[in-house]
Amino acid sequence: MDLAFMGRTFLTLIEGVPLLLELAGLSLSIGAVFALLLATMRLSGVGVLDWTAQSYIFVFRGTPLLVQIFLIYYGLGQFRPALQEVGLWWFFREPFYCAVFALTLNTAAYAAEIFRGGLLSVPHGQIEAAKACGMSRLQRFRRITLPIAVRQALPAYGNEIILMVKATSLASVITLMEVTGLAHRLIAQSFRAVEVFVVAGAIYLFINFAVTRAILVIEWRLSPHLRQAPEGEAPMKPAPAHARGA
Amino acid sequence: MTPLGFFEIVGFGERGWGPALLLATGVTLAVAVCGFLVGSVLGALAAAAKLSGLRLAAAIGDFYTTVLRGIPDLLVIYLFYFGGSLALTNIGRMLGYDGFLGLPVFVTGALAIGVVNGAYQAEVFRGAYLSLSKGELEAARSVGMSRFLMFRRIVVPQVMRYAIPGLGNVWQLALKESALISVIGLVELLRQAQIGAGSTRQPFYFFLAAAILYLALTTISTIAFQKAENRAMRGVRRAG
Repeated sequence: MDLAFMGRTFLTLIEGVPLLLELAGLSLSIGAVFALLLATMRLSGVGVLDWTAQSYIFVFRGTPLLVQIFLIYYGLGQFRPALQEVGLWWFFREPFYCAVFALTLNTAAYAAEIFRGGLLSVPHGQIEAAKACGMSRLQRFRRITLPIAVRQALPAYGNEIILMVKATSLASVITLMEVTGLAHRLIAQSFRAVEVFVVAGAIYLFINFAVTRAILVIEWRLSPHLRQAPEGEAPMKPAPAHARGA
Repeated sequence: MTPLGFFEIVGFGERGWGPALLLATGVTLAVAVCGFLVGSVLGALAAAAKLSGLRLAAAIGDFYTTVLRGIPDLLVIYLFYFGGSLALTNIGRMLGYDGFLGLPVFVTGALAIGVVNGAYQAEVFRGAYLSLSKGELEAARSVGMSRFLMFRRIVVPQVMRYAIPGLGNVWQLALKESALISVIGLVELLRQAQIGAGSTRQPFYFFLAAAILYLALTTISTIAFQKAENRAMRGVRRAG
């Protein structure tokens, strides 16, 4: 392996990282809001809402992401005049917006099921206890349901974040030059597939490793009550600040 | 020519693309099945390595499953596509053949899917093995079964049973990953849709048709795996 070449490759590929993070960050954060909405629709007990959310999740989890990207980026081009008329063409003309849009719709479907699982895992007794204390619906959600659900859903959501980091590579198929796109171009120019692959792979692995670590840290912070008390400390301590809803 | 409507495009009429799309669905299914089978072999090997207790083997198994699950599938496909033909050409040169040699895209695709899928299957197999009851393995040993006999009679049947739900998920991954093989030119469902979109200028209808066909494949798979799970679990008593 040619180390000087790999060094140059690294410098080229690293330029794709900001775009990668932008794609993943934007779609994950918008997608999470949308997913929470879908999860509440699933749990609302209202037939129509539940059914709508269920069909949405079924369609987006049952088809490949690349098909969704093509359907949005190339497919909607078929309706260009109509889109121009309603003033949406500027959005669907840009590969970047289309990629974010497709990734958002896709992650929302997966995350909705993860959030639903988290919300369902909140023990009934805890909600009852909160009711008995006289908390309002909103207080209950904010103080009891949400923190417990977030903690439960976190490991699975961590996997979803990693899947999204990997999924941003598909944006290269619609001309966006993130890490995989740059790697493809380099391989096609230099025909040194192995070296470029090793460098690009290492970049993704590093990002995903960082994500895994970050999730572990957040998980650890969210579950102080599940850890054993350190030796020599008083057995009863005031509850940590966030558990009191401060 | 007047532009066609959706049903004319996906239909089986004179100008319909129905037959081509159905054939391409078959190719998608074939490449996904081949990839899944390659993945089963690799996955079983990797799971065995991780469970072997041999430090080096376990480290190799760990490296394989961590790396292949942490990098984008598309990158692996490019590696196999460009790297595979490069390696073959070099081997050819050593044997005295000077021209360019390449693997057929179907083989490249199936191998790429298989290598990625194997990493996921390894974890499924490992989890299933760990859920075997220790007592049964001990009992098998105490009646004097050889390692191989125990593996065949006790381990494999139960691992297969516990692994079915996980394998169902991993199979869905293979099915969806097969769409990525279109970027290296295999005429599977997505590529066929692209071809149709290019020649009729009605991309939405073609990608919509492709999406519906993928949805059909994944739905049928879900039902099939559910049936298999019910059948495999018929001897297991469950609460409720």
